[in-house]
Amino acid sequence: MGASLRDIKARINTTKKTSQITKAMEMVSASKLNRAEHNARSFTPYMEKIEEVVASVALGSNDASHPMLVKRPVKKTGYLVITSDRGLAGAYNSNVLRTVYQTIQERHRSTEEYAIIAIGRVGLNFFKRRNIPVALHITGLPDQPTFADIKEIANKTVNMFADGTFDELYMFYNHFVSPIQQDVTEKKLLPLTDLASDKKLTAYEFEPSQEEILEVLLPQYAESLIYGALLDAKASEHAARMTAMKNATDNAKELIRTLTLSYNRARQAAITQEITEIVAGANALQ
Amino acid sequence: MKTIKVSVVTPDGPVYEADVEMVSAKAQSGELGVLPGHIPMVAPLEIGAVRLKKGNATELVAVSGGFLEVRPDRVTILAQAAERAENIDVARAKAAKERAERRLQAKQDDIDHKRAELALRRAINRLNVANRNF
Repeated sequence: MGASLRDIKARINTTKKTSQITKAMEMVSASKLNRAEHNARSFTPYMEKIEEVVASVALGSNDASHPMLVKRPVKKTGYLVITSDRGLAGAYNSNVLRTVYQTIQERHRSTEEYAIIAIGRVGLNFFKRRNIPVALHITGLPDQPTFADIKEIANKTVNMFADGTFDELYMFYNHFVSPIQQDVTEKKLLPLTDLASDKKLTAYEFEPSQEEILEVLLPQYAESLIYGALLDAKASEHAARMTAMKNATDNAKELIRTLTLSYNRARQAAITQEITEIVAGANALQ
Repeated sequence: MKTIKVSVVTPDGPVYEADVEMVSAKAQSGELGVLPGHIPMVAPLEIGAVRLKKGNATELVAVSGGFLEVRPDRVTILAQAAERAENIDVARAKAAKERAERRLQAKQDDIDHKRAELALRRAINRLNVANRNF
């Protein structure tokens, strides 16, 4: 019994240490989530304004068209998939990747018909392992990304639509609903077809012309949408990791409780056995 | 004097917000001055400085492109990156300038060349704004 007592004790200790780590990770993620929500809030004024202007300009008086506003026959589809770089975030990555994978299987027959743009290492590895073509990827983004961090990939992605590499572009990411709920979201990014705005449209003067303004405005708008999705996904990532670590801590506590119970039982059994032996020994001498 | 509300907003948050007497910026079609009561207008901007006149002082904000939206009572500048003159990291801008110059020296394809050129212009713009070289 002695060895098993020691085994149980050792298990209790390791579980305690693990729970300390998961508890710390939970708190770190909570504070990162806080900051991510703050980042998303400072992005909102920019997004609202650019949405309003784009709607006013694109839907305004005469119907100026721009390649990014027009649907064209689809030969190739782009999928922008946002995952995290590291795991330990519960089902965060697998939810997104499963949805993307199913969508691709349903919509396409050959790898010629689509290309992936992967943000995050987990996604990149997932697609590489399955021999799915990854056109662009970026890994190692900081926990609180700034626009400058993704400007290049956002820019290249939008250009790939402009130069006809693909004819439509979807984004897949986890949308942050609350710290305990994140929903996988599919969003059509390009062409920009749903430009409705609930705000009143303003009739602007254009300097120099509507077409040239759209030329600047639309790519900038599309890039902002990508950045917005990334901020959303990052908030979800921190929230998912926080919840996963909270569950891990709770599980560890439960495990420690049961282990302590069996430790005490084993100890009691050992003592009882010892007493029985002593009593038996004493009886034998009489 | 009448004033007009100006805000410079970037994806990373608002950079500048104040009431000023005049806004001037370098639009793609040329230098542009906006006074209070201007008709609604949208204009794309060049990489350059936005000057904000308030009393006798003029404040400078470096913007990397973007565009300007004017309404009678407010001007909004939406840029992917913008810094106020006093917040510019001069050392970083200098490093970026040298890096871009090195890239321009090396022979590269068109896209990289264009990108390096833009990076160079942004860096020079930041340095100019930081030194109030306007």
